[in-house]
Amino acid sequence: MAAPTRPTLDPAAREVLERVPGRRPFRRGRVSGVWRPRNVLVLVVSLVVLVLAVALNVGRGEFPIGIPDVLATLVGGGDPSQRFIILELRLPRSLTGLLVGGALAVSGAIMQSIARNPLASPDIIGITWGASAAAVTLIVLGGAGLVGALAAVGLPIAALVGGLVAAIVIYGLAWRKGIQGFRLVLVGIGINTMLVAVVNWLLIVAQVYEAARATVWINGSLNARGWEHVVPVGIALLILVPAALVLSFVMGALQYGDDTARGLGVRVDRSRSLLLLVAVVLAGVATASAGPIAFVALVSPQIAQRLVGSSRPPIGASLVIGAALTVIADLVARTAFGGVELPVGVVTAVLGAPYLLYLLVTQGREARA
Amino acid sequence: MTPNAETALAEDTQAPVGPDGTRVRLRAEGVRLGYGERVVVDDLDLDVLQGTVTAVIGPNGCGKSTLLRALGRLLRPTRGHVLLDGRKIDEMPTKQVATVLGLLPQAPTAPEGLTVGDLVARGRHPHQAWYRQWSGDDEEAVAEALAWTGISDLAERPVDELSGGQRQRAWISMALAQGTDLLLLDEPTTFLDLAHQVEVLELVERLHEERGRTVVMVLHDLNLAARYADRLVAMKAGRIVAQGEPADVITEPLLREVFGLEAKVITDPVAGTPLVVPVGTR
Amino acid sequence: MTVGSAPVVPTAGGRGRARSKRSLRRRRLIGLGALLVLLVLAVLASIAFGTKVIPLSHVWSALVAPTGTEDDIVIRSLRVPRTVLGVLVGIALGLAGALIQGHTRNPLADPGLLGVNMGAAFFVVVGIYVFGVTTLFGYVWFAFAGAMVASVAVFLLGSAGGRGGPTPVSLALAGAALSFLLSGLVSAIILIDTDTLDAYRFWNVGSLAGRDTAVAGQVVWFIVIGVLIALATAPALNTLSLGEDVARSLGQSVRRTRVLGIVAITLLAGGATAACGPIGFVGLVVPHVVRAFTGPDYRWLLPASGLLGAVLLLTADVVGRLVARPGELQVGIVLALIGAPFFIALVRRRKLVTI
Repeated sequence: MAAPTRPTLDPAAREVLERVPGRRPFRRGRVSGVWRPRNVLVLVVSLVVLVLAVALNVGRGEFPIGIPDVLATLVGGGDPSQRFIILELRLPRSLTGLLVGGALAVSGAIMQSIARNPLASPDIIGITWGASAAAVTLIVLGGAGLVGALAAVGLPIAALVGGLVAAIVIYGLAWRKGIQGFRLVLVGIGINTMLVAVVNWLLIVAQVYEAARATVWINGSLNARGWEHVVPVGIALLILVPAALVLSFVMGALQYGDDTARGLGVRVDRSRSLLLLVAVVLAGVATASAGPIAFVALVSPQIAQRLVGSSRPPIGASLVIGAALTVIADLVARTAFGGVELPVGVVTAVLGAPYLLYLLVTQGREARA
Repeated sequence: MTPNAETALAEDTQAPVGPDGTRVRLRAEGVRLGYGERVVVDDLDLDVLQGTVTAVIGPNGCGKSTLLRALGRLLRPTRGHVLLDGRKIDEMPTKQVATVLGLLPQAPTAPEGLTVGDLVARGRHPHQAWYRQWSGDDEEAVAEALAWTGISDLAERPVDELSGGQRQRAWISMALAQGTDLLLLDEPTTFLDLAHQVEVLELVERLHEERGRTVVMVLHDLNLAARYADRLVAMKAGRIVAQGEPADVITEPLLREVFGLEAKVITDPVAGTPLVVPVGTR
Repeated sequence: MTVGSAPVVPTAGGRGRARSKRSLRRRRLIGLGALLVLLVLAVLASIAFGTKVIPLSHVWSALVAPTGTEDDIVIRSLRVPRTVLGVLVGIALGLAGALIQGHTRNPLADPGLLGVNMGAAFFVVVGIYVFGVTTLFGYVWFAFAGAMVASVAVFLLGSAGGRGGPTPVSLALAGAALSFLLSGLVSAIILIDTDTLDAYRFWNVGSLAGRDTAVAGQVVWFIVIGVLIALATAPALNTLSLGEDVARSLGQSVRRTRVLGIVAITLLAGGATAACGPIGFVGLVVPHVVRAFTGPDYRWLLPASGLLGAVLLLTADVVGRLVARPGELQVGIVLALIGAPFFIALVRRRKLVTI
């Protein structure tokens, strides 16, 4: 039967190239992939920026510590007072920012890929606000009883559940014979509006003290974050980022639309649900730790994609860039406004929104060209 | 041939046989197809024989594409079954199906900025795993698929910069790289000018003649369908009205019944196939 | 259509059309009448029900023969002005919504979604922070300017680079993006300066409460002029709904209609937001409901949208007063909770095309 995958060369066909241009192979045993030097370069450079940003963020403050001293302390040196300030006070805060930013960015990268739309980020379509609404509900209705252990355990879990519920509702409402990117975004904006209204209502119902706590929380703050905030996001990232990297193989096929992906043998609904679950848990955990920090999930994957020059956001580069972005925003929020310390979410919003507008304008132009 | 496809074919001892002894690759058995409550196709039977090029024709909305989607397991029948080499296609692992059956949806979309090489390489998906994304076999298959469709020199160009005809060849190239001997094409000539339509269909013809591929495609142009397919399936309102060789299907009464079209059918001076010359709608 | 049946069809169609025209007209008149009745009911409810429970007999005596009791004061100086303002603002928002949807041919357009609210909020905050404005009376001008700047900016951004004007999606997204930006800036300012936060809070609640007659007097002229322009451009909007090219070929000045439209939208939405703070979704929901009985004719659609806007706003306001006793739920929140599901239903139902 003549149905070969690699038949003899067709005489009429043009000369078959040995290699496929633009896809240099990388092969070790059974492992193989395409070698893309630009990805590696971007990853390395952004890692360097991240480390410098953390060092700078840890160094700046009421007791300024130089970058060399900071780096020395991080690898085990430094005097006791410096060690205390850095390791107990400032480093956990920076690490929380780093991990939260990374988690949000990976979440955004996944969602943007499966919706095939940069605007389908968890911070635009209401997933982070779902987490916020749940957390604020707990703060307000839980009242003064909600302190210590309950607050430490209950709040993140409530936020996580809130994010998941919001995601399921949005996905369910946007599903009509498959998922269409724009419908997902618009349904998400609708849900987001409702959640904001709910939160506003809760803030009115609440006692003054709780309202104040909730207000700080919903602005997305890294203030007073300790090791107890670092651990959960760290664990989530340790588990979910490798999962995302494995699943990202399928993501490549999902980008082509449902029919093509099914034709390529992808179990579309299952793969997409799994990916969405990973993305939502990442966003939920991040929001639980630091509140809904705006725009990191939207912007970081887009920056990463443009730097790498790929057709979808790369997971690794998004992670590092999101982490660096959040730490830098925190540095600005802490130090740029004199005595006042802004929540990091305000800085990311003011920096990120113009980028979103730019994206809309250029996207519109391309779509119409 | 890849090991996967080989086992898939070797296993199907119960593959049905058609009237003249040819193997039936795809069979629809009493399928009912629809979206939600709406039934588009009901109680339809169809056999696709090994080594044939089948074109499905019919007026807009008659269920052609729906049928093709069902044959390619994109749409699950609410009643009846689709059999691939004698096995129920819905019960086979979808990745295994993808090594035997390739399909090109109507107006597929590529992500922005994707290069032709990356697009065609995506066709290797069923043969890959997350840790094995660019093996030597993959590279050979992709290089060949590019050469076959004559787009090797476009490999590094972004897909969205290509002309309509080039883009369609890139997508067909992707389906080729998948290395399946069954191909389903949903209106592969949409949005193309006549020259490019002919170019794409000649490619299909070569695939069939030189590679023995079995092709099912939905086509709008009756004259091109009659020329490039060796079997025609004419559908109207979710039913098959006629099927067989082009000369038997393209007749004046059938055109009147299926399309409501008054037409003369003459012999194509080039290919000897039937040629439809419209007179007007009644 | 076959040639043979051609002579029969026109008369039958003509008769059918005449009949359907009559029934359409009757439906529209009944619809408008029903809206008027509903409005009267809503006005009465708004006067009769509130956070403070007042017996209906007292309400009646307060209206016809006030004696200066506490109940009389509540009714005459709080509820009546509040109701008047509600009617005004409701009409303005409903009309503005119908106008925006008509001009953009966009089923998802709404003053709030177009960034009008956050634009007004941002300018108010700037007014407080930079210029030290502290009265509701003073905010109105800032809110008005902000609403105008934001709506024009969103319109331009949404249509940037486009030939056929903004699409539903690009407008909604540009509005969302600008709102994000402005709300970030607002947060930044109010967090830096606590005094600003304190003053801003009272404006930002999106409420009919606590606005005295002076505020209503200040915006009433904007709204009246806006209403007049809107109604005057209704026939032009009808032509425009067939597309700019058709309108132009019918000899209409598209540019003049557009400019008048933006002026009317700004007057109406800006005036409403200036008086009451951000209130969303009235303009989105109302035209869709009204269209069910008026059809696409803007000469009917516009007045009916205004009436239903007033009914909806007053009803939401009364509901807000009743559900959260002894406090009250701001009408903006009530409307967001009603309006967002409606928005989602709309997104799900329609293929996102222009109207």
